[in-house]
Amino acid sequence: MTTFETAPISYPFNDPIGLGLADTYTRVREAPGLVRVRLPHGEPAWLVTRYAEARLVLGDRRFSRAEAARHDEPRQGPAHTTSGILGMDPPDHTRLRALVAKAFTAHRVERLRPAVRALAEDLLDTMEEAGPPADLVEDYALPVPVAVICRLLGVPEEDRPLFRAWSDAALSTSALTAEEFMASREELRGYMAGLIEAHRAEPRDDLMSALITARDGDHGRLTELELIDLCIGILVAGHETTATQIPNFVLTLLDHPDHLARLREDPDLLPGAVEELTRFVPLGAGAAFPRYATEDIEVGSTLVRAGEAVLVSMAAANRDAGRFGEPDTLDFGRQGNQHLGFGHGAHHCLGAPLARLELQEALRALLRRFPRLHVAGEVEWKTQMIVRGPRTLPIGW
Amino acid sequence: MTWHIEVDQGRCLGSGVCVGTAPELFVLEEDRARPRNAEVQPDEEVLDVADSCPLMAIEVREGAEVIAPRP
Repeated sequence: MTTFETAPISYPFNDPIGLGLADTYTRVREAPGLVRVRLPHGEPAWLVTRYAEARLVLGDRRFSRAEAARHDEPRQGPAHTTSGILGMDPPDHTRLRALVAKAFTAHRVERLRPAVRALAEDLLDTMEEAGPPADLVEDYALPVPVAVICRLLGVPEEDRPLFRAWSDAALSTSALTAEEFMASREELRGYMAGLIEAHRAEPRDDLMSALITARDGDHGRLTELELIDLCIGILVAGHETTATQIPNFVLTLLDHPDHLARLREDPDLLPGAVEELTRFVPLGAGAAFPRYATEDIEVGSTLVRAGEAVLVSMAAANRDAGRFGEPDTLDFGRQGNQHLGFGHGAHHCLGAPLARLELQEALRALLRRFPRLHVAGEVEWKTQMIVRGPRTLPIGW
Repeated sequence: MTWHIEVDQGRCLGSGVCVGTAPELFVLEEDRARPRNAEVQPDEEVLDVADSCPLMAIEVREGAEVIAPRP
């Protein structure tokens, strides 16, 4: 058994351009045990690619996110990005998540559906009036989730150019030095601190005011920095991934014309289609946010030692034939589609119900409005980001 | 007085939030969460976990009164 003796292989595997899943994942997933990988920065890690093992690592509290702050965390960019709720373990994580989670339950976000639908239609009106081509990213995919999260949290929508730059920086990998990354984060913290002060002086009916009450109330359930970073996390995570997946899903559908035609004929397929697209489209350039074993734990046939890092490729697990029949086929009628597109366990995407709703409504309105939707120019891809997707996507109709 | 926990099996999607947060209280069986014990000692963590469920599938009662998810 020489597997463990060999040097770690270079990671991430995926090409930052396009939405393919690297062939290397198939080889690694079919080989016994876990593979050692080395990222551009930080110490080596074990890589998990199979569904059952992914659920084990993501769902078991013996794997810690908070421990990453005490290690040279394996990462794509030079800066450590461990701050915020995704860098916490229970019980700190539980306390913060409970404060925010209620605003994002399936029941609560369902009330936003008419507003999201109207927003999508308004943006399409504007695009139609201006005439083709339009940039699907700038004119549609970004404004929908940005407007929703801004209204929900209490951030002025017109500040989008400001926080888009900060938000891109927060998810950037090698584009920024560690110093530039930190400087950008401090600017964003300053901006958010200003908004929090304005809300404190004049409370409003939004999530920021509710969180300020939790911070300032007699329970004192938040520190000021936790409050600032929580609002930043909600703003960034609340739009960047959805804004990226809207064009990714559109490109994937254009690549599958039969699926696209069926979806146009029967919009009731949309919820199932969004689940399947979330499983199928590998959003990440590679697995991120490593978990650290707090004791020796066997994962598959590999003994992970206490203090070692484990990365989980949800994209690879979502294509595991051991869990999904014909995993590389897009199937809108897939039953029991418990994909890991929103993760699993304590850090399962807080905004998943909102993301589902926004993706459903954005696709519904776009497909109905433009029966001849097509790509009308060169697609420019994001590079050096944790998420993959078009930076600009020219469309015609 | 103990609290009573129930997980609505129709709503639960097995996100693992409760099990990943409080494995002493919840367990996943065939992709659905269940309380390990329906009766538990009062503890704020129980309410926090119920609040954190994305599907609002966890209900906590004190006697006849529903105390979580909190409004």
